[in-house]
Amino acid sequence: MVKFLKRAFYLYYDGFRSMTVGRKLWVIILIKLFFLFVILKIFFFPDFLKTKFGSDKERGDYVIEQITKPLK
Amino acid sequence: MALVDWSRAQFALTALYHWLFVPLTLGTSFIIAIMETIYVKTGEEIWKRITKFWMTLFGINFAIGVATGIILEFEFGTNWSNYSWFVGDIFGAPLAIEGIMAFFMESTFIAVMFFGWNKVSKGFHLASSWLVAIGSNLSALWILVANAWMQDPVGMRFNPDTARNEMVNFWDVLLSPTAVNKFLHTISSAYTYSALFVIGVSAWYLLKKRNVLFFKKSMLVAATFGLAASIYMVLTGDESARQVFRTQPMKFAAMEGLYQGETNAPLVAIGIMGQTPNDENSKNNEWLTKIEIPNMLSYMAALDPHAFVPGVFDLVNGNKEQGIPSYYDKIKMGKKAIKALAMYKKATKSGNTQEAGDNLKTFKENYKYFGYGYYDNPNDLIPDVPLTFYSFHTMVGLGMLFLLIFIFTLIYTVKNKIDRKRWLLYVALWSIPLGLIAQESGWIVAELGRQPWVVQDYMPTLTAVSNINHTSVIITFVLFTVTFTVLLIAELKIMLKQIKGFNDGGH
Repeated sequence: MVKFLKRAFYLYYDGFRSMTVGRKLWVIILIKLFFLFVILKIFFFPDFLKTKFGSDKERGDYVIEQITKPLK
Repeated sequence: MALVDWSRAQFALTALYHWLFVPLTLGTSFIIAIMETIYVKTGEEIWKRITKFWMTLFGINFAIGVATGIILEFEFGTNWSNYSWFVGDIFGAPLAIEGIMAFFMESTFIAVMFFGWNKVSKGFHLASSWLVAIGSNLSALWILVANAWMQDPVGMRFNPDTARNEMVNFWDVLLSPTAVNKFLHTISSAYTYSALFVIGVSAWYLLKKRNVLFFKKSMLVAATFGLAASIYMVLTGDESARQVFRTQPMKFAAMEGLYQGETNAPLVAIGIMGQTPNDENSKNNEWLTKIEIPNMLSYMAALDPHAFVPGVFDLVNGNKEQGIPSYYDKIKMGKKAIKALAMYKKATKSGNTQEAGDNLKTFKENYKYFGYGYYDNPNDLIPDVPLTFYSFHTMVGLGMLFLLIFIFTLIYTVKNKIDRKRWLLYVALWSIPLGLIAQESGWIVAELGRQPWVVQDYMPTLTAVSNINHTSVIITFVLFTVTFTVLLIAELKIMLKQIKGFNDGGH
C-alpha cells in the first residue's frame, strides 16, 4: 500500500515537474479558478435563497409566493 | 433590457462559451484512445507519437474548458433561484453524480494518461486513456439528463407544500426517450466535431507538406471515426426531432417554420422566411423562397406520409378535428391551477383544512397546464420561429456537409491521394469553425425553441428568475464577456502555437 502511494505521488510529482506547455495552462487555470471562486462566487454570485432565508420552509413559502403571483 | 433578458443573456453567453470546449473533450478522448489502441496492437512508434500529439491538444482543450461549467451552477443559485428550487431533487442527483464521476474517473486517470508514459505498463496506460474517454462521456450524461427533463418533465411529483418537484422514479428520468435521444445525439455530434478538428488540423499540415505520413494516419482514424459518428448523429437527430414532435409540438413547428398545420406536410429543406403571419387567415407571404420535399415532414414526424403535423396556429387556436386543445383552454386551466395553489397555501396557513382540500383538488386537476396560467395572450407562448428555423436548418445542413467530408476524406486517404486533393484539404480546414457553428446552432434550437418555457408547460423563464438587482447581472455579464474573451485569446494562442510548432522529429 505504501509502495503504491509512493508510486502515485511520484507519478504526479515528476509529471508536474516535467510539464512544459502544461505550466502555462496551469497558470491560466489557477487565474480562472481564483476569479471564479474568490471574486465571482463571493461578490457576485451568492446563493439567493440560502442568503435571504434561514430555513427550507421559508424558501418554499417564498417560491410559492413568487410562482403564484402574476407576471410583470 | 429587463432583468430576465440580462439573466438569459448571461446564461446563454456562459453556456455557449462552455460548449466551445466540451465537444472536443468528449470526442478527442475517444479518438486518442483508438490511436493508442493501434499503437499497443501494432507496436509502431509512429502511433505513439500520433497519440501523444493529439493528447497534448486534448489536454490544452481540457484545461481551457476547466471550470467553464461551474459558472452555470453559480448562475442557477443566484439568477435562477425560483427555477433551482422548483426543479428540486430532479437536478440535484444528476449533477452530484456528474461531479463525482468527473472527479474520480477523469481526474484520476487523466494523470496516468499524461504522466504515465514509460511509468506504467502499456496495458494500464491504454486502459486509463479509455477510462478518461468513458468518464468524460458519463459526466455529460447526467447534465444532459437534467436538460432533457426540462424539455420533457417526467418521473416527478410536485409538492405544493414545498414548491419542489420530487423525483418519484429515477429510471423514468434517466431513461426517458427524450433523455436517451438527447444524450446519444449530443455525444455523436461532439464526436463528429472532434473528428472534424483532427481532420482539419491534419489538413493544415498536409497543405504545408509537413509531417505528411503522421497526419495521413491521423486522418484515417478521424475520418473513420467521424463517418461512423456522423451517420449515428443523423439517425439520433432524426429520432430526437420525432421526440420533439411528440413532446414539444410548438418547438417542432418553429423548427420547421410551420404556421398552418396540414396532413401530407412537405418538408422545407431550404427556405428563406418572409413576413410572420399574424394569424391563420393572414395573407402575409410566409416564404420568400423555399425548396420542399412533398409529404416528407409528415413522414419524418410520425413515420406516416399522411400524418397531420400541427402548425403554430393549430396549437394556439386548437384543432378540434385533430384533438388539439387550444392555448386559450390551457391558459384557463393554468390560471385555475395557480389560483388554487395560492388559495391552498393561504388555507393551510390559516388551518382551514376543508378549503385547503378543495383547492388542492382543483390544483391537481389543472396542474398539467400550470405554466400557461401566467399568460393572457397565447402569442406570448410562441418561440422565435425564424431564429429556431434557421438555427435548425444550419445545424442539419452542416451535418450533411460533414458526412460528405468524412466520406471523401476516407476514400482519398485509403487511396493515398489525400495530400493531392488540396480543395478537400481546404474544405476540411474550414470545417473546424463550421463544426462549432453547427454545435452552437443545435443548442440554440434546443434552448431558444423551448421558450417561453424553462420547464416545459410548468414554469416559464419569466417566473424562474430571481428577484435581484439587475445592475449586478449587467456587471457580471460584462465581466464574463471581457475576462473570458481575454482568457480565450490566451488559450487559443497556446493551442495554435502547439499545433503550428509541431515537428515529428524529422520522421
